[in-house]
Amino acid sequence: MSLYLSIAIIALIFIVIFQIAKASEYVSVLKGEEVARKQSNKINGFLMIAFMVLGFVGIYVCNEYLFDKTLLAQEAASIQGEKVDQMIWITLIVTGIVFVITQILLFWFAYKYQENDNRKVFFFAHSTKLELIWTAIPAITLTVLVIFGLRNWFFFTGEAPKNAMVVEVTGKQFGWIFRYPGKDAVFGKKYYKNIDPAVNSVGIVWDDKLAQDDILTEQTMYVVKGTPVKLIIGSRDVIHDVGLSHFRLKMDAVPGIPTTMWFTPKFTTAEMKEKTGNPNFAYEISCDQMCGNGHYSMKGIVEVVTQEEYDLWMAKQKAQYLVAFPEKDPSNVPAASSAKTTDSTAKTAVAKM
Amino acid sequence: MSNEATIIEDVHVKSVTSHDVHEHGDHGHHEHHETFLSKYVFSMDHKMIAKQFLITGMVWAVLGGLMSVLFRLQLGYPDASFPFLESLLGKWAKGGQITPEAYYALVTTHGTVLVFFVLTAGLSGTFANFLIPLQIGARDMASPFMNMLSYWFFFVASVVMLSSMFVETGPFSGGWTAYPPLSALGDASPGSKTGMDLWIIAMSLFIVSSLLGGLNYIATILNMRTKGMSMTRLPLTIWALFFTAVLGVLSFPVLLSGMILLIFDRNFGTSFYLSDIFVNGVGALPNEGGSAILYQHLFWFLGHPEVYIILLPAMGMVSEIMSVSSRKPIFGYMAMLGSLFAIAALAFLVWAHHMFVTGLNPFLGSVFVLLTLLIAVPSAIKVFNWLTTLWRGNIRFTPGMLFAIGFVSLFISGGLTGIWLGNAALDIHLHDTYFVIAHFHIVMGVASMFGMFAGMYHWFPKMYGRFMNNTLGYIHFWVTIAGAYLIFWPMHYEGLAGMPRRYFDFSIWESFKQFGELNKFITIVSMIVFAVQILFLMNFFYSIFKGRKVTSENPWEANTLEWTTPIRPGHGNWVGEIPEVHRWAYDYGKDGKDFIQQTTPVGADESTH
Repeated sequence: MSLYLSIAIIALIFIVIFQIAKASEYVSVLKGEEVARKQSNKINGFLMIAFMVLGFVGIYVCNEYLFDKTLLAQEAASIQGEKVDQMIWITLIVTGIVFVITQILLFWFAYKYQENDNRKVFFFAHSTKLELIWTAIPAITLTVLVIFGLRNWFFFTGEAPKNAMVVEVTGKQFGWIFRYPGKDAVFGKKYYKNIDPAVNSVGIVWDDKLAQDDILTEQTMYVVKGTPVKLIIGSRDVIHDVGLSHFRLKMDAVPGIPTTMWFTPKFTTAEMKEKTGNPNFAYEISCDQMCGNGHYSMKGIVEVVTQEEYDLWMAKQKAQYLVAFPEKDPSNVPAASSAKTTDSTAKTAVAKM
Repeated sequence: MSNEATIIEDVHVKSVTSHDVHEHGDHGHHEHHETFLSKYVFSMDHKMIAKQFLITGMVWAVLGGLMSVLFRLQLGYPDASFPFLESLLGKWAKGGQITPEAYYALVTTHGTVLVFFVLTAGLSGTFANFLIPLQIGARDMASPFMNMLSYWFFFVASVVMLSSMFVETGPFSGGWTAYPPLSALGDASPGSKTGMDLWIIAMSLFIVSSLLGGLNYIATILNMRTKGMSMTRLPLTIWALFFTAVLGVLSFPVLLSGMILLIFDRNFGTSFYLSDIFVNGVGALPNEGGSAILYQHLFWFLGHPEVYIILLPAMGMVSEIMSVSSRKPIFGYMAMLGSLFAIAALAFLVWAHHMFVTGLNPFLGSVFVLLTLLIAVPSAIKVFNWLTTLWRGNIRFTPGMLFAIGFVSLFISGGLTGIWLGNAALDIHLHDTYFVIAHFHIVMGVASMFGMFAGMYHWFPKMYGRFMNNTLGYIHFWVTIAGAYLIFWPMHYEGLAGMPRRYFDFSIWESFKQFGELNKFITIVSMIVFAVQILFLMNFFYSIFKGRKVTSENPWEANTLEWTTPIRPGHGNWVGEIPEVHRWAYDYGKDGKDFIQQTTPVGADESTH
């Protein structure tokens, strides 16, 4: 009912506006086209300058209201993030200056040069000098921005430091799986046809000795403050994206084509809780590539901890091999029967990576 | 009516004698009995085809706009329930709340429809058809029949796209870019079942339409200019439409190839895009060795030129309208032309800037950074030239001119954020956030829409022999530009908080849920802006029948050729011979004369520029 009422009201408002507009057209016909045009010209000329002034006020108000809600208001949580923030500020200043100058010129000219019987139009069709000026200045400015940008780009996409810890991240509809290489610091082989959602969510090839100490976790990834971490990113089904907004980085997770990204966290989660004053703060991993109907809920967490805390946590983890084959676990009571034959598909497995 | 018929007859006689048109007298005779079908439906008159494109585009704009209002309702009021949504969408909005499936379908269709059906077909389909013959001095397109086919392919594409809304598994819902594997696997998303097949068919038909149109535009511009109309005397609108057509002809086939491979992967078991996939509930797929990234290269090889296919016609029309309404020549005609050319050429060399975070080779990425930021140079030239055109002019604020000025403002705002996103090191943070939404909606969506509005207000008198209501035009402009900034400016801040695109609900996210109030605000503004567009439509359709009549051939006192035709030109455009052109299109305020039409011979005492 209220819907029909509101539609009726809106329709009524439309009709009123429409009638007024029609009436004003009749009036302008009576007054003569010339006079009417000059009147509306004055109004629109004034609105041009008013719009500009209100616009700049609006930008200020918007900034007052929203700036604290952005990440720029808090320190970046990785050394890469520091560089991103620095670049944002440089780019903001450069583009901000251009924005202010050109918008002022646009609306000021529109206001100043509105139709006036006394003005003689300046026939000005061409000036090579001016064209050269405004070709050269943007070109030079952009070169500076490109140099800054590429230096950072090559740093971000370059090799991770030697001491980096490595974590493999796998996206799936709709969650994240993390694999740690275990004591040998080397990942075992995996092959997607071995995937078993219950015990082998990334398709580890159990025959591979290197794989037998690999550790799998879901949803939460532990990393160490101050230690570079290199992510080897993949996907099990569609394209996902590891979005780490607090670290100012992201990288796609593509099925069949591993990608990498590395960063060095600067603050532990606990420190960030204090810095932001938000007891619920978490380094959230957001999926940033449309991946299906649950895309918006595909959340992971990065838990940044100190080395001691990390070691403690790691000590509690069990190799996935032992989870998949509990009878092989020395901490379990040894099973009387002979060991179950290993997954037959593993024999045909092709080494991937 | 009979008057018009004689004009047509006259035109045909003339065209047969003076231009050797491949029609004989008999054919002209048939025109006397032009039926409803041949005049309004299967018309081969470029002006009628333009109107068909325009009105079909408007229907899609309303549908696409309405979709955005619906999904904005979800974003602004994630917890509220709106019973009318259930009446409208049925099972897609059980209990008055849009489901994620429906939300993603709306977002996807909104994007597809506005990019392709409204801002490509509706914009260049309308104005290329309408303006090319009129402004170059031709009776019609090089192939009127192909031109008609172009519209009807578009129409069928529209019908197929529309029908995809009604299949049981829903329309395609994987985003307008349709990245596989999501778009290839029906098991990964219900929208990728029948809905996606229909989406691909609709897009393929659309591509055929766009190629038929584009080839025709190019052929017409190159071959059918009237006497004296050298390429450098063409109005900038025509140059812009020419480059648009070239871009389309060279890049749309690549998209079509990408679509065909996708059809193969979906239906015939190939592995162009698929490898190493395990779908929940289905298991491991047999496909190995494909590359999901290949599709993105094919897609963006069209996708980026597409941005300029949308933008260039708007730029051309804005240049023309700005010059006419400032009563001053466009500043730097050759520089405008050169920058159009530079933009069109660079458009083919920047596509991978959409793919900085796909894991592409960093060196390749750096090349694309360089080329992408290079586009800012011709763009800057254009902006400064527009500003200089206004400088010391004598501006008449017609509704068309207001939208042209609005276009420049939006182009600056949205173009500058392109410098952010084109720099890979910033893109790695801002990619796929609301910052990107703000950027491309301002610079491509709203700005091009403004170009389209400018063109509609400016050429409405030529299309229908009547004016649109000015007061409604002013209301339309001021509400729309204020609304556009209110909607999209704050989205930059959401992007700077890392807030991702295409999220149905942010309430579970500690990092992004602080924008609840802002999202509500944006939703309200978007509804107001949408309502004002309805007002514009009322104005448009009312004015077709009841608008103030145009009383002179040249109501804007413009120089270009379309204003030398009769107020309501028949098929063939000019009664009698096509006029000869003696000068460029921008002699405004020259030697103390307000304007000198292109058909005026150059006087002996005239200064040269």
